[in-house]
Amino acid sequence: MNEPVRHLVVIGNGMVGARFAEEVARRDPHGQRVRLTIVGAEDEPAYNRVLLSGVITGAYTAEDIRLPQPDQPWITYRTGTAAQTIDTSTRSITLDDGTHLDYDELILATGARAAFPPITGVAAPDGTPAEGVTALRDMTDCHRVRALTRPGAPVVVLGGGVLGLEAARGLAERGARVSVVESSPWIMRRQIDQPAAQILADLYTAIGVTVHSWRVAARWVPGTGLELDDGRTLAGDALIVTAGVRANTELASNAGIAVEHGVLVDDTLTTSHPRVHAIGDCAQHPGGGTGLVQPGWEQAAALADLLTGTAPNARYRGARPVTRLKAEGIDLTALGEVDADATAETVTISDPYGGRYAKLSVREDRVAGAVLLGFPEAASTIAQLYDTATAVPSDRLALVQGRPQPEDSTTAQVETDPLVCRCNAVTRGGIEAAWLDGARTRETIAEATRATTGCGSCIRDVNALLSGWSNATPADVT
Amino acid sequence: MTTTHCPYCALQCAMHLDPGPTGELTVRPAEFPTNRGGLCRKGWTSTELLSSPQRLTRPLLRRNRTDDFTEVDWDTALDHVAERLTRLRAQRGPDAVAVFGSGALTNEKSYLLGKFARLALGTSQIDYNGRFCMSSAAAAGTRAFGLDRGMPFPLADLAGAEVVLLAGANPAETMPPMMGHLSAPRLIVVDPRHSATAAQALHNGGMHLAPRPGSDLALALGLLHAAHLEGLLDTTYIAERTTGFETAWRNAAAFWPQHTEHLTGVPAPQIRAAARMLAKARGAYVLTGRGTEQHAKGTDTVSAWINLALALGLPGRQGSGYGCITGQGNGQGGREHGQKADQLPGYRRIDDPTARAELARVWGVAERTLPGPGPSATELLDSLGEDTGPHAMLLLGANPVVSAPDATHVRDRMARLELLVVADFVMSESAAMADVVLPTAQWAEERGTMTNLEGRVLRRRAATPPPAGVRTDLEVINALATRLGQPDERFPTDPDTVLAEIGTATTGAPADYSGVSPTRLDSGEALHWPVAATGTPTPRLFLDSFAHPDGRARFVPVNHRPPAEDTTPEYPLLATTGRVMGHYQSGAQTRRVAELARAEPQAHVEMHPDTAARNGLVQGQWARVTSRRGSTTAQVRLHPQARLDTVFLPFHYDADQAANNLTNPALDPTSRMPEFKVSAVRVEPHHDERHS
Repeated sequence: MNEPVRHLVVIGNGMVGARFAEEVARRDPHGQRVRLTIVGAEDEPAYNRVLLSGVITGAYTAEDIRLPQPDQPWITYRTGTAAQTIDTSTRSITLDDGTHLDYDELILATGARAAFPPITGVAAPDGTPAEGVTALRDMTDCHRVRALTRPGAPVVVLGGGVLGLEAARGLAERGARVSVVESSPWIMRRQIDQPAAQILADLYTAIGVTVHSWRVAARWVPGTGLELDDGRTLAGDALIVTAGVRANTELASNAGIAVEHGVLVDDTLTTSHPRVHAIGDCAQHPGGGTGLVQPGWEQAAALADLLTGTAPNARYRGARPVTRLKAEGIDLTALGEVDADATAETVTISDPYGGRYAKLSVREDRVAGAVLLGFPEAASTIAQLYDTATAVPSDRLALVQGRPQPEDSTTAQVETDPLVCRCNAVTRGGIEAAWLDGARTRETIAEATRATTGCGSCIRDVNALLSGWSNATPADVT
Repeated sequence: MTTTHCPYCALQCAMHLDPGPTGELTVRPAEFPTNRGGLCRKGWTSTELLSSPQRLTRPLLRRNRTDDFTEVDWDTALDHVAERLTRLRAQRGPDAVAVFGSGALTNEKSYLLGKFARLALGTSQIDYNGRFCMSSAAAAGTRAFGLDRGMPFPLADLAGAEVVLLAGANPAETMPPMMGHLSAPRLIVVDPRHSATAAQALHNGGMHLAPRPGSDLALALGLLHAAHLEGLLDTTYIAERTTGFETAWRNAAAFWPQHTEHLTGVPAPQIRAAARMLAKARGAYVLTGRGTEQHAKGTDTVSAWINLALALGLPGRQGSGYGCITGQGNGQGGREHGQKADQLPGYRRIDDPTARAELARVWGVAERTLPGPGPSATELLDSLGEDTGPHAMLLLGANPVVSAPDATHVRDRMARLELLVVADFVMSESAAMADVVLPTAQWAEERGTMTNLEGRVLRRRAATPPPAGVRTDLEVINALATRLGQPDERFPTDPDTVLAEIGTATTGAPADYSGVSPTRLDSGEALHWPVAATGTPTPRLFLDSFAHPDGRARFVPVNHRPPAEDTTPEYPLLATTGRVMGHYQSGAQTRRVAELARAEPQAHVEMHPDTAARNGLVQGQWARVTSRRGSTTAQVRLHPQARLDTVFLPFHYDADQAANNLTNPALDPTSRMPEFKVSAVRVEPHHDERHS
């Protein structure tokens, strides 16, 4: 029974490629079904890109955010080597060191790279960033950002999306004077509405970050700063470009695999070529979900189910992404439709003074969309209701405010004789009866009624009753 | 007056038993370090069952399952059992006979039952209901520390802590007197339910984290991540007293607060606040209970909690630590003395050649005659009546028809046995299925030792003789063993003689009882094991070094994964199970105590008012709860702070009110613990004449 196992080759050792290796290792711990080769262009082991903004602040070291790397003998890592071509007819890839790798199934997890907007002075014609300019996409960028930004020095962040705002918060924490420039009418344009964005911008202003929305950058002048289209110049020793990403699709398109913004995949995460799959930021699924790590990880799990044969019926049916801003002291969650149409009911709370904003849209009892700024408890509940498509409670305002539903008068017990000792089911009346029978201390009450002998949390109440009664005449207590 | 300990949970509250005016025993709480003069209502009413009219006092036999039982004398019953067992073993080999024990049995019974299985029956098919309780915590404790003693410190130490984290434990409901030790520390309660303990935590300035059922492992990883993020790890301790932090961190690194929130539903700021509260405390403990352990990933979940405790430098230091809260009365001793499929007395492994040789010498048999490891409880029950499985079973102190997962299935399997022998003092649901029922003595009618949740060996004392016609479990084991050809002296009926043999058999073992003697116990000495014949007891383990050969504790790299089944449109809710204050385990005892039965006569299902309304249910109405395995009925109890996706059912009830009709027998790969705490279910109104 020495059947040769199937060979899976993964191109890309980033968050999703590495997670795919983990998911395969969990399903096939002894390599009885597949062996795995992971090709990574970077020399460094895989790391958690989501936490790079924490490396900027110093909350994490580079070592801290390394990803687990399964070390089974049937998993081979080829790092520091880039894949150059795919030949789907011979089922092999060519690496930049001239070697070839044959595969049974190929998994593209090539991710995405920072997109540099066509602004004068930002990048050389070959795409190399100009002096003082950096993206924030990988560890090298992160080191560059740390080198370029010093406490007290001005920095410009170009792009007011999630990554830009997280970077701005981190840089402010390091003591930099930060300006954020966003070409859309408001920051986080894709995830939140304008009133929320206004309150969010105010929160950033309060921590010393100025936000310039609906402003187009005209020119980067090294040593000076960023010129805007209204003629102003924002001082900046450094320009951090967080203005979107572009999927790495060249390998696939050169091999004749169908590509739009990303490599097109179906619910089995298969590309137009049946032996080639794509997951993570390089993939484009009809259900969306690019740009966040959670959908990529869900894709990795589903594809591992399929390719190890653990669950041949596994499908990825699109994401229900939840955006969570990681910015110290600012709690923002956004999910689903930002502006649900009239078929949804929407609850809105706006509290600019308190720096809080909540908007919850519900359609057919399910969460259609939400923006929650400064409502952390409600945010986690609503995100789970959205994620699991669970029906929302009838009291939507209570849900948004994150407090339990008030007790319905039909369920609340009318306590004419309240329970004092829950452990032993002793009521106030029972304790009173023991007192009338002569029990005057906590100990004698306990002997007579068992009250206070369980968890002990009613000792205070019993003592209070006793001292109250001892100051009263017996006639008063009956 | 006799001073002894309560028959129920592992707190083993001390109590005085006094004969009342009519000769029946009454209970008074006694001062003792664990219960500090307290008792819960189960303890207060515990003597009621001694004189209950429902007590069994004559052996019962039926030669045909469809017949009623006939009262017979002991010789008839025992001869019948021995003859049938002998025949089965001759036909099908020794593994055709199974033994199922209990964490309620004394150390002496646990030990002698294991010896009986290995020597008199020669079977490997022995396990016990502790597999459903302690196995995940035991496995995780062993791999982290090299040794598992539920609490490796005296319970009273907790009172000196600033913060205690309780993961999946609800002592305010299940062991109320324990709360006396927890009134000073602030509590962080991890429980999907807004439990009585969670309410007390919030009342005293603590926190309640309510993760979605099945996500505790992610939460524990997230707390480790958050503590690291806050710069609060004890790096000196990690370097000097542990190994393996780097790989454990690698896994936790993927559980940043917002991602952990996504998986658990616990708000990220709460995760960070809890990590700060725990890590900054002067004196902190992490304790786990069944809520976090009874999962198909229970062992890894406990490892994640232990990793958190290790990263904060808690274990092996006076005034802080990790412990699990053992549930059953002798859940600790019961897992040490050889009634577990893979174990020999003294907490030694049955596949360890040295331990085998040692035990064979003590028992006076050849090592090769000792069977090897057998299947775990769930697998054992599942194989009953199969071609290769056991065809007879001897059951002591357990009621698996109510307490095992997927109870309907277990009932079917037990019905396929050719011979079921149950030793019990009431007609439990499992006894009612038997061919032979042997009436046995109760806790206050015999001597014996128990090992409580802090690893302290206690002496139970007889306050009254057993009713006429009733025998002790040790007498039953002896009578069967001798009928199977064993020498009489190999199976003593005197508990003190057995205790002395346990001392010999465990000398030098991890759980060394050789210094435990009736005299020392009677003197009131606090004998926490190991207690060598020549040495002092060990109230606090690991202060100098952990029990691994290198003396260091081990971080175990663990990762989160989803529960064995998740919600679907057909089963849109998660059911979790547990206990209520008035009842104990399968309820076989407490449902027969009038006062307790009155307080909680029927099963209930706790849910959010909205969940109820959506499913057409109102407070007090009977609901049918259905999972992929089966269904049960329970009365609706609304809780405005319940999670919207979760319902809770107590598991103390039988038949069409059995919560275990729902539960998932998916097993933990290491501990073989079933997934009691997460089942996907639906709820709907139940229409039945009997309940209207």
